[in-house]
Amino acid sequence: MAGKIIIDVEKCKGCGLCVSFCPRGSIVIGRKSNMKGYFTAEWDGSECTGCGICGIVCPDAAIEVYIQEEVKAVGTKGAGGKSGSRKVAGGPNAAKG
Amino acid sequence: MCGNEVLAEAAILAGVDAYFGYPITPQNEVTAYMARRMPEEGRVFLQCESELAAINMVYGAAATGKRAMTSSSSPGISLMQEGLSYLAGAELPAVVVNVMRGGPGLGNIAPSQGDYFQSTRGGGHGDYRTIVLAPSHLQELADLMWLAFELADVYRMTALVLADGILGQMMEPVVMAKRSSARELPPKDWALTGKKGRSQNIVRSLWLGDGALEESNYRLQAKYKKVQQNEVLCEQYRVEGAEVAVVAYGIAARICRSAVNLAREAGIKAGLIRPITLWPFPGEQIKQAAESVRGLLTVEMSCGQMVEDVKLAVEGRVPVGFYGRPAGGVPTAGEVLARIKEFVPEPAR
Amino acid sequence: MEAIFKRTATLKDFQTHYCPGCGHGIAHRLVAEVLDELGVSERTIGIAPVGCAVLAYDYLDVDMIEVAHGRAPAVATGMKRTNPDKIIFSYQGDGDLAAIGTAEIVHAAQRGERFTVIFINNAIFGMTGGQMAPTTVDGQVTATTPKGRSYIGQGYPMKVSELISSLPGSIYVERCALSGPGQIRKCKKAIKKAFQLQIDGADGLGFVEVLSACPTYWRMRPVEAMKWIEEEMTQIFPPGRFKG
Repeated sequence: MAGKIIIDVEKCKGCGLCVSFCPRGSIVIGRKSNMKGYFTAEWDGSECTGCGICGIVCPDAAIEVYIQEEVKAVGTKGAGGKSGSRKVAGGPNAAKG
Repeated sequence: MCGNEVLAEAAILAGVDAYFGYPITPQNEVTAYMARRMPEEGRVFLQCESELAAINMVYGAAATGKRAMTSSSSPGISLMQEGLSYLAGAELPAVVVNVMRGGPGLGNIAPSQGDYFQSTRGGGHGDYRTIVLAPSHLQELADLMWLAFELADVYRMTALVLADGILGQMMEPVVMAKRSSARELPPKDWALTGKKGRSQNIVRSLWLGDGALEESNYRLQAKYKKVQQNEVLCEQYRVEGAEVAVVAYGIAARICRSAVNLAREAGIKAGLIRPITLWPFPGEQIKQAAESVRGLLTVEMSCGQMVEDVKLAVEGRVPVGFYGRPAGGVPTAGEVLARIKEFVPEPAR
Repeated sequence: MEAIFKRTATLKDFQTHYCPGCGHGIAHRLVAEVLDELGVSERTIGIAPVGCAVLAYDYLDVDMIEVAHGRAPAVATGMKRTNPDKIIFSYQGDGDLAAIGTAEIVHAAQRGERFTVIFINNAIFGMTGGQMAPTTVDGQVTATTPKGRSYIGQGYPMKVSELISSLPGSIYVERCALSGPGQIRKCKKAIKKAFQLQIDGADGLGFVEVLSACPTYWRMRPVEAMKWIEEEMTQIFPPGRFKG
């Protein structure tokens, strides 16, 4: 799988935006509620391209998006971005002096 | 120099970093003077769109640790009340000058002392206090401007300098000198300067947590108590052995001083108590005087505002009388003398 | 695996009090990301509004100040004029900026003040329980327009970007929408451009209007609210660059 996401369940408010905008439909609102009582989003574990859209639309910065190194190297030839890394936002390469 | 220019130059000597203001009679000489002099000193001057904007610009500059001031007259000070409450809640130092005119409403442009309540009793919302300094001659106006900036920085409060249309316009010789601070000014480590090298600073007055605002208020009250213990200023003139004490501040006190002299010549043992800080009010001095005089006559250029504080301080020991003329009416020394004569009770047989 | 998207440093690691699907969460994140990418977080001072975002300082890790309702542009003026080297921004809602604070923002633009304004337009007063805002649209039901806003008698929606761009002292005015991933990316670009202009010492006001969802008081689910921005709000408040 090219990518994966980790959802911070305690930050999620179950708003459903990631569910609606995920191009693969890989995110659902699950049946588990968090400490605040929200039914939170869950990644069903299926194909993730690491597009980052879920992270972008999340109002709670509750989703981290990961991508495999090899895919990153291949996918970014000619795709622009500095030092060959494909980044959407945030992340360890984002802040620079 | 006229009074308005004196207070402006005194502020510059005190190192004011920024002046924000809006024109209003009778203090327009201040804005004009500052417009010319502040850029000469490399400081910030801005004529802004309203008094409401001006006090908020002061709030902003003060929050970054700068010395900031504004000046206005009664109706403009009314507009600033929201800002004064926020300054108090956020504990920011600021200096505001009110050159009083007649009111209420649009009033007139004549001098008055009708803003005593507004200055000492708020007039913004919440349990807060403002330091109020009332000069009665131009040298004192210059001296109190320096003191205002010091007190504001020491206590993180607003210091309001209460002048009036006469003081603003009159011309008297004044010695303008650069001074050095007699006190140790605390570092402004709370100021917003960018979080580099430390954690985030927040300037706020909203405390939503359970009991948090109550706690914040007690903190403020403790501070105000310190001010009351340490910063009272009051002049006493010929009060030794007096039968009647006239209580007056600002320009009214100058008139009353003459009246007291006339009274003494007429054989009446009169004296003058002149509060210089209206808050903290010299309640102790007045209380002490009430032990030996047979009455206190409060004279104000209003319908009677400070007289209430005098009554509170006297606690019913002796009669407290009032004479005043509001909204541009200026009492003469002769009028005050006549009132003193009426007021002094016959000596006990 | 390498993280390509995670929480940026200036966005504090706290759950926000905002409603599920509220646009403030996205807008705060964009501001934080921009400040980190431009490397100015340590010399930035932000102004929080009166409104749902009054507690913005709990989420954005920069020096911040609370101010009276609507007065942010005046406070920002006081700050920037006395501290020209600091990056000053105000973050205001439609009550703060387009109702009570209209004089302050107009005059800040008139004078060409050199700070950045992020204007969150969600066509309603959220904090106080969903009353009509100057930006509320025709027919919109709110707590103070129970029959739906009627332009005649209750006023027309205020098009702030158009208004501000007509003033000579504004140098960059853009309206964008938090209505989907593509639009959100555009918003971030606009916010970044506005801050970059301030960093470069540009002589005038940078202004970004952000159409934002208020699912609770629009009485919609978050996904529907995003659609409503896309399909309805943009008809009245067209996104685009008005100046600069």
